[in-house]
Amino acid sequence: MDNVITNPDPQFVGLAHYKEVLSDAIFRSSVLHTLFFAFFSVLFHLILGMLFANLLNADINPSLRAVLRVIFIFPWLFTPAIIAIIWRLILDPLGIVNYILASIGAISGVVEWLSNEKTALLVLTFINIWNGYPFYMVSLLAGLQGVPNQQYEAALIDGANGRQRFLFITIPHLMPIILSLSILDFIWTMQVFPLIWMTTGGGPGHATEVMATYTYKLTFLQFEFSKASASAMVILLLSMLMSIFYVRQQRIR
Amino acid sequence: MTHSIKKQSMGRKIVTYFFLLLGVVFAAFPVVWLISMSMRPNGEVFATPPSVIPKVLTLGAYAKIFASPEKIRFFINSYVVALIVTACTLFIAMLTAYSFSRFTFKGKKLINMLIIGTQTVPPISLMIPYFGMMVAYRLYDTYFALIFTYLALTLPYAILMMTGFFNTLPKALDEAVLIDGGSRLLTLFRVIVPISLPGIVSTGLYTFLLSWNEFLFALTLTKSNEMATVPIGIQLLMGQHTYEWNEMMAMSFLGSLPIMILFLIFQRYFLAGMSAGSVKS
Repeated sequence: MDNVITNPDPQFVGLAHYKEVLSDAIFRSSVLHTLFFAFFSVLFHLILGMLFANLLNADINPSLRAVLRVIFIFPWLFTPAIIAIIWRLILDPLGIVNYILASIGAISGVVEWLSNEKTALLVLTFINIWNGYPFYMVSLLAGLQGVPNQQYEAALIDGANGRQRFLFITIPHLMPIILSLSILDFIWTMQVFPLIWMTTGGGPGHATEVMATYTYKLTFLQFEFSKASASAMVILLLSMLMSIFYVRQQRIR
Repeated sequence: MTHSIKKQSMGRKIVTYFFLLLGVVFAAFPVVWLISMSMRPNGEVFATPPSVIPKVLTLGAYAKIFASPEKIRFFINSYVVALIVTACTLFIAMLTAYSFSRFTFKGKKLINMLIIGTQTVPPISLMIPYFGMMVAYRLYDTYFALIFTYLALTLPYAILMMTGFFNTLPKALDEAVLIDGGSRLLTLFRVIVPISLPGIVSTGLYTFLLSWNEFLFALTLTKSNEMATVPIGIQLLMGQHTYEWNEMMAMSFLGSLPIMILFLIFQRYFLAGMSAGSVKS
């Protein structure tokens, strides 16, 4: 690492490192993994957040509502490193998930969820969905409680059914919240590192390699600081592209 | 709170409660499992058939952690870093937010946009420059390395949030103090800050959460076990004794405890902070 941080005689190579990174098949697949991970995380965060917010907004006992809200927020309170090891235990080949699935006959034998190339990325996305939906739930619940009652009453008089009321009153009211939540969440999820580093480390092979783990490995395992910087710049540019949408969305309101 | 339909039909109610129950299992099961596993001997972790209630209930895993100075050190590090970062963030954010809220100056809009924009800069793209800087300034593997980087992560959000809170307070409050001969700083700390305490609490909580949970910089800017925070400590232990599951779970429980306690006490503020990030601007 001496040669990169304290090199007295650096050499200008133009865009050579960018070319190298962008033509690396592993980098390209890590971009795809990141986009897959981010897209499905955001989608299901939104679906689950909306579902939980509506459940909490339903006609239930107020003190039960308060307790349930706390329970539903739990997954959001855990450190990514801790989430990683809880799920490593749960998904262990000998763990509870395999036990339950085997006893209802859904799987035969032992499934190694995190070290199987076919399941690893899906499972990690699922864990991230579990971890992140409460953020949406809380914001959407606040939004739901701000929808004026008269509009629902008026719609009821006009004969609108539940689904129509949800589609034409609730959703338009929540739209600004939904948009900024999703954009911000997409940007944040694209930066995922600890969860993946502490569960699969990007493996098996490179099946769960994301842009952040790719860059980290270049830096601290291969000591390719300049190539890693190029890769980090690509991530930065992608994030900046997204944040233009975010800043715009913030300014409109 | 409950709008539209006042009385729900019986069938609808049953569906609602069914989904609520499903939600509770989905959200809480991993947490229950974590606690349950931390309170049993390691040999019982993969016992079949699995049971939520341990056959042998023991706090042995916790005792082992408290008997190990190396592991206690992880917690001390996390507390030191998170508390210092929270204190510094709040102080700096108060001053910045006050000037954003009360003064007009050249480039204010631009600076505001930049602050919103920095929230979206990926930490991984800051990793190499920060690493180089900390090595060059000989701060690598010290508390300072973590504190300085965390401040850069926490300040933008804290400033935006507090500016929002200060903006809701009328300027007449400041003028009353200024007319009596008070200084700007006096106005801020004697009048504005006490009134906006709820906002400051939620900003502080969020800052603490962020520094307590941070992983990437703790991993890259420290090296020795003596400097490891809780998340890094857990990673180190995962490498060493992969099979001490009960101890890992106890460690995770202790590592989540401060956040959970803070959340239960300051729930209202936490929720305000969570929705402020996306709803308010």
